Amino acid sequence: MDKVKLPQLIKKGAEANLYLAQWHGRKVIMKKRLPKKYRPSKLDEQVRVYRTVHEPQLMHEAKKAGVPTPMIFLVDVKNATIIMEYVEGKQVKLLLSEVSKAERQSFCFKIGELIGRLHEWGIIHGDLTTSNMILNSEGKIFFVDFGLGEKTKELENRGVDLHLMKRALQSTHFRFAEECFKAVIEGYANVMDADSVKSVLDKIMEIERRGRYVAERKGEKA
Amino acid sequence: MKSKRLSESYCLGIESTADDFSVGISTFDGRIMANVISAYVPEEGGIHPREAARHHAEVASKVLEEAFMKSRIKPRDLSIIAFSQGPGLGPCLRTGATIARALSSYLNIPLVGVNHCIAHIEIGKLETNAKDPVTLYVSGGNTIVAAFDSGRYRVFGETLDIALGNCLDVFAREAGLRQKPGMPFGAVVEKFASKGTKLISLPYIVKGMDTSYSGLLTAAVNLLKKNVYRLEDLCYSLQETAFSMITEVTERALAHTEKKEVLLTGGVAANKRLQSMIKTVAEEHDARFCVVPSQFAIDNGAMIAWTGVLAYKHGIVTPIERSFVKLRWRLEEVEVPWIR
Repeated sequence: MDKVKLPQLIKKGAEANLYLAQWHGRKVIMKKRLPKKYRPSKLDEQVRVYRTVHEPQLMHEAKKAGVPTPMIFLVDVKNATIIMEYVEGKQVKLLLSEVSKAERQSFCFKIGELIGRLHEWGIIHGDLTTSNMILNSEGKIFFVDFGLGEKTKELENRGVDLHLMKRALQSTHFRFAEECFKAVIEGYANVMDADSVKSVLDKIMEIERRGRYVAERKGEKA
Repeated sequence: MKSKRLSESYCLGIESTADDFSVGISTFDGRIMANVISAYVPEEGGIHPREAARHHAEVASKVLEEAFMKSRIKPRDLSIIAFSQGPGLGPCLRTGATIARALSSYLNIPLVGVNHCIAHIEIGKLETNAKDPVTLYVSGGNTIVAAFDSGRYRVFGETLDIALGNCLDVFAREAGLRQKPGMPFGAVVEKFASKGTKLISLPYIVKGMDTSYSGLLTAAVNLLKKNVYRLEDLCYSLQETAFSMITEVTERALAHTEKKEVLLTGGVAANKRLQSMIKTVAEEHDARFCVVPSQFAIDNGAMIAWTGVLAYKHGIVTPIERSFVKLRWRLEEVEVPWIR
């Protein structure tokens, strides 16, 4: 961790703090998972170490799947810290409300394709929100924050992943959540085979119908 | 009736979504005049909806009478009737709704259908003076992190399967523990947990902003059946793991919304350990920690009465023909015109 200069806190997240820093002449992001006082220390350490180890592994795998993610420079398990490339660009969250409908749909289509590539490769992101996606100057969309992800091809996990994307759109972009999610699915269908798409869509419906997600079930129509 | 002062206009609220039947009376300016609760305690097993509904029908007149007696209000003094219209168990909801409809048409006063989850938030705000909190609503039937944005409460995180309170209840039943009036399963587990010392590793499942408790429950029950751990340690580990998960989600919502208050409400809000975890997180984000007083933590009629007042004052009434119960009524479907 030598030669880290000017660490500057740029985001105090719930799970980790992000610092902008200089590292061997590069602009980098230091992601540090701070201990959480509310959890017992043993549990806290387990959670932080697990995520610190798994996040870089998944980010590396994501690259193989063709999904841009920041380059990993250093993993310091003891301090639950990851040093990674600083991706200059704009959060998709901020972008979506600023652009035209057509642009919005093309971004969402692209996002859907990226999610499809992850799933195809057996990666679940685990926290698909538009704040975890960054558009750089070359027009590439980077996925970040794989701390809650896992490696699996299970249909259930794919369904939950997409369901979370839908929910994130509904809570942060409720005015155009529906059109956005539709475009995401179109993009997803562009890279996944038709059978997988059909079964994951059925799965999302099943998750939503498990009881907690919809008002309108048979005989209860509002 | 319209010209009456707010402090002399009354709303009677009926709550019957699950195992509690309750009647509360609130003035139009938020003074709770009565809050009578009758809990249905099953002999064994979980809540049987039909049995609970039978309990509600049996105790209804007694509970109503007591509410009128305590508040020293006569039925004719009431301005509106509110009832919890959902979400909840069908037979239980229907029992409450039937009584509400009968009172409303007999007294010829408006009926207001209230969303049970919103009522938990509103009573918490009323009692703690919170204005715009991130709310963690945890009970036997619900586990929701919500905050107000653009006309509605939005759900930021919730359980993907069973509720946190349900997880604790089922574990307690599997462990052969008994609940009694005034000492529900959650309180029994809390008591055992307070004597636990050893943290046993259990699945910690957070997905995005959501949690999942069914895997945790299964793992805990399996360990229980192995008979190698002290029950105190199992209760402690179950609580620590389950509460840490939902506290993490609450912290995410707090970081995301940057609100300055956190409100803990619902039956599980009575748990001291959960309170301390949420308080820690609130302090770290410079937010005020608010917790609903215990008599309003569990399902109660007062919260329905007060939320009925808020809705009615903003022109919301529920004509009888539209007063059917909504078993899976999500809180984000409800317009909330009384904020801002």
